[in-house]
Amino acid sequence: MATMIQAIRMALHVGEERLGVTDIFGEDVGPPLGGAFTATQNLKTAWNSPLDERGIVGMAIGLALAGRRPVAEIQFCDYAFNTIDLLKIAGNTYWASAGDWNVPMVMMTPVGAGIRGSIYHSHSFDAQATRTPGWKIVMPSNPRDAYGLMLSAIVDPNPVMFLKPKALLRTKALPGEEIPGEPADLKTLSKMIDAPVGESRSRWKPEWPRLEELYVPIGKARTARAGRDVTVLTYGRNVPMSVSAADELAKEGVEVEVIDLRSLHPYDWDAIKASVQKTHRVLCVNEDTEVTNFGEHLIRRLVEELFYELYAPPKLLAGAHVPGIGLADNLEHASVPHKDGIKSALRELARHEP
Amino acid sequence: MSTSAHTASSSPASSSSSHSSDHQLSPELQLRIHELMLEARVLEERLITMYRQGDGYFWIGGPGEEAFNVPLGLLVDKGTGVEHDYLHLHYRSSATLLAMGADPVDALRQMKNTATDPYSRGRNFAGHYSARKWNVVPVSSPIEVQYSIAPGTAMAQRATQSKGITIVTGGDAGTAEGDFATCLVWSSRKGSELPMLILVTNNQYGISTPFEGQHGEERISDRGKAFGMPTATIDGNDVETSWFALKKAMDYVRTERKPYLLEAMVSRLNGHSSASGANFVANEVDCLARFEKKLEERKLRTRAEMDEMRARMTQELLEASKRVREEPQPKPESIWDYVFADKNYVAGEK
Repeated sequence: MATMIQAIRMALHVGEERLGVTDIFGEDVGPPLGGAFTATQNLKTAWNSPLDERGIVGMAIGLALAGRRPVAEIQFCDYAFNTIDLLKIAGNTYWASAGDWNVPMVMMTPVGAGIRGSIYHSHSFDAQATRTPGWKIVMPSNPRDAYGLMLSAIVDPNPVMFLKPKALLRTKALPGEEIPGEPADLKTLSKMIDAPVGESRSRWKPEWPRLEELYVPIGKARTARAGRDVTVLTYGRNVPMSVSAADELAKEGVEVEVIDLRSLHPYDWDAIKASVQKTHRVLCVNEDTEVTNFGEHLIRRLVEELFYELYAPPKLLAGAHVPGIGLADNLEHASVPHKDGIKSALRELARHEP
Repeated sequence: MSTSAHTASSSPASSSSSHSSDHQLSPELQLRIHELMLEARVLEERLITMYRQGDGYFWIGGPGEEAFNVPLGLLVDKGTGVEHDYLHLHYRSSATLLAMGADPVDALRQMKNTATDPYSRGRNFAGHYSARKWNVVPVSSPIEVQYSIAPGTAMAQRATQSKGITIVTGGDAGTAEGDFATCLVWSSRKGSELPMLILVTNNQYGISTPFEGQHGEERISDRGKAFGMPTATIDGNDVETSWFALKKAMDYVRTERKPYLLEAMVSRLNGHSSASGANFVANEVDCLARFEKKLEERKLRTRAEMDEMRARMTQELLEASKRVREEPQPKPESIWDYVFADKNYVAGEK
C-alpha cells in the first residue's frame, strides 16, 4: 500500500525499466536528493539539471524530438510560469508542423496548497495548464491512479503534464487503491524502496517490488463516490476532501456523487454528463484562483448543453482570486476550499429547487 | 539608419578571423554555392513580391545571410535521427534549406498558406520550415526558444554516442533573451559537454533597435569564453570565410563532442520583415554581389551568365507562384487536424 510519492517513483521505475524512459531530470531530481519530495529517489536515469526551468522544458522538448522519452520535473509549479512559451511550443509543435514532429514528453510538477508553502510553494497550475492546447493534463487523487496515469503519460506520443497534488503526496492508499505487485504492507514497501536518511544512503540499494503494468486511460474519469442528489466535479487534493464531505452529508440524508476527473484535458464529458443527468445539481471544486478557472469552463459547457437538466445554478468553489497564498494558517485556510465550505455548498445545492 | 559599423572592413571579423579568403574553394563548389545563393535570393524576392501582390500576409526571411547559410546547408550531415545533425534554425534560413535540397516552390506554398504547404499546411509564416526527414525541427517565431530546445537533441546525441551534432542558429537580438544563456550553460557543463554548434548571425539590428542599444559586450562570441568554449566572430558576408569557419567549428564539435560558439557578421538586406516595407537596403554589404564580383574576377562565371541565370530563376519562380496561387487553401475544419499525435481528439467533440 504505497503513498502517492512512492507510487509515482514506482511508475517511473517501471517507465525506465520497461517503457523506454531515458531521462528523468530536473532540479535536485538525481542523487543525492532524489527530488524535493523523493519522487525520483534511486532511479537509474535520474539526473540533476541546472536551476533553470526554461532550460528544463527546452531540454525535454529537444530530447523528445530526438526520439528519447524524457520525464522532466519542475520542482514546484510556482516556478513553471517562466516556461509558458516553451510549454506552448511543446503543445503546438505537432500542430504547427502539420504532423511532422510530435513531442512525447512528460512534465511533472507539484501543485496546490496544504503544506504551508506560502506564496511560492502553494500555487495551482490547472487553470494555466488547461489553457495550453496540445497538452494532455492529468492529476491523480490517490496512489493507484498516480501510478496508472504516470504509465499512460509515459507511453503517450504527446506532451503530458502530470500535476502532483502536493498535499496528498504522503497520504496512504485506501483499500482498493493497491498497485498490482506491491507488498500489502506500507512498512515493508518503505523498507524496500525508501532510501535511509544519513550517510548510509550512498551505499544503499533499493529492492523494487515486481510491479505489474497498470494503465489508467487519459481522458477517463472515476466515480470516487456514487450518489443521487448532487454531483461534485473535482480532481487532486479536493477529491478525498469532497468524499469526506459527502460521507458526512450522507448522515443528513444528502447523497453526493463525487467525480474524480483525473484528466483535465482531454476530460471525460460522457462521465460528467451522465452524472449531471442523474443528480441535476453540480458543484465544481478546485484550488486554482476563481477567475478564468477550469471549473468555469465546465460550468459554461453544462449550462450550454444541459441547461434544462439543471435544478440549481451550478456552483464553483475555488481559490480566492488573490495574488498569493499567505503563510499563516488562517490565511492559507481562507484562500482555498476546505471540507466545511464544500459541505455548505453541497447542502445549499441539495436544498435548491427550481 | 547608421550602418557605419556594418561593412566588412570595419566589422570585428576582419581582425579576428583565422580563416580568410586566402583559402579558396574548388571552382565547382564556388559555382554550386553561387547558384544556391542566387536561388535563395530570387526566392526571397519572389516571396516579397507575393506579399506585395496580396499572395501572402507577411514576409520575413534571409536576404543578406546567403553567404553564411548556403555553406551551412552544404556542410550539414543531412538525415533522420540522432546519427545525423539536428538543425534548430530561425526564420532567415531559406538558403540553408535550399542548400540541403528543399524545393523553392514549397516556400511559395507556405507564403500563400496553401493546404499543400508541406511545412505547416497553411498555418505558419513564410520561412518557418520543418523537415523531419532532415532533422530540421520546426522554426518558430519566437527569436530565442531554439537556444533552449537545442541542448535536448544534443543531449540525445551525447547519450547515444552518435556522430551527429546539433546546430542552433539565431540572431544577435535573440541573444539578449535568457535562452541564449541557457544554451551556453547547458552545453558546457563539465563532464556533460554537448556536441553543439551555437551560431549567431549578427545583422546588428533587433527589428529597429541598433546593436549598441542592446549589447554592452564587444562581440557576442566573447560570451562563450566564460564557458570555456572555442569562439570566433567572422565575416559572414564572405562565402569562403564562412565555409572554412563553419567547417572548422563543425569539425571541432564533431570530433571533440563539445560546444563551439560562432558569430557571423551578416547583412539584413530587406529590413526586419514586411512590417518595415521589405525594401532593399542599398547601404549594407550585399554578399551575393560581392561573391559574383569574385567569380567574375576569377573568371568562373561571366556577368552575362549570371544575369541569364537570375532571369531564368526569376521567371521560373514567377510561373511557379502563378501555379501555387491556384492550389487549394486549407479547409476550415482542418484546424482540428494534428492537435494530438495519437488521434485528432478535441475537447467538446460531439
